[in-house]
Amino acid sequence: MEKFAPVKRSEDGQPVRYLIVDDSVFARKNLARMVETFGGQVIGEAGDGVSAISEYARLMPDIVLMDITMPQMEGIEAAEKIVRDHPNARIVMVSSVGYQENIVAALQRGARHFVQKPVKPEVLYEVIKYVMRDDGTTARGAGAGV
Amino acid sequence: MRMDLIQPFINSADAVLAQGLQSPVSIETLSMEEEAYRRKGIAAEVYLTGEIEGRVIFDVDLEAAVQLASRLGGVEVSETDDDLVREAVCELANQIIGNAVTTLNDQGFHFHVRPPTQHTSEQGSKSSEDTEAMVMGFNTSSGNVFMNVALRYHRRRALERSAVAG
Repeated sequence: MEKFAPVKRSEDGQPVRYLIVDDSVFARKNLARMVETFGGQVIGEAGDGVSAISEYARLMPDIVLMDITMPQMEGIEAAEKIVRDHPNARIVMVSSVGYQENIVAALQRGARHFVQKPVKPEVLYEVIKYVMRDDGTTARGAGAGV
Repeated sequence: MRMDLIQPFINSADAVLAQGLQSPVSIETLSMEEEAYRRKGIAAEVYLTGEIEGRVIFDVDLEAAVQLASRLGGVEVSETDDDLVREAVCELANQIIGNAVTTLNDQGFHFHVRPPTQHTSEQGSKSSEDTEAMVMGFNTSSGNVFMNVALRYHRRRALERSAVAG
């Protein structure tokens, strides 16, 4: 996998902490592997929207990567509930279902960005840097990046 | 069956498989299915509801499924990693069908996609009078991949939706 300059939190220089939400274990593993190449740390995983809400409150991650089509509660509804309780939550929707109506709904309900599956690491990397910009975060060091 | 409903599935399978495998993919067969679908390997099923209704079965030869799981997961996977191989096939189905659904929705068809489930029965349901199934076979560098698409277009639901929209 491509090398990326690590993205760190500006406040303490620590790795960005991720919560990965997807009903597919395979997809979660792939995303985890990807964010680790960005210097990130996966602090939790959830397989549906309901668990995502409780895991967010428990772990307070820097970024949530959230699938849309999931059992029990879909990702857009979970994102809305998380943002209602935690207005600064940074949620990136990661889904194969990326039609315009869905993207607009996700953004209107508080998601910060949308990435379509299959995820290209270089695209997700740019999105992470963009979403973390309010933290003053930048990629550190002269890595390959994109 | 309307080809405008089928074409996005062909394009999406081609694009997602080629990207995942980093090698070209070709469509080998395309035929109408009249008999009940017979599973060929590790399969996942996705249901669609709304103006377009039906189901798609994504089916991969066991050997190809193991190779796909290894390539997409970036780790060596063997036939004994049964759960991981099934998960990989489900996720691939999710990506291919999700991308096709995206295209169809952006073309004005409104419907919803359910999460993929493992399709473990030997046979799928037969085509019916109003739901024809089309089977497509793809040749990839990892082996054969099949997709059985059985969809029905609900003109009434589309009309109801336009009436509500004004």
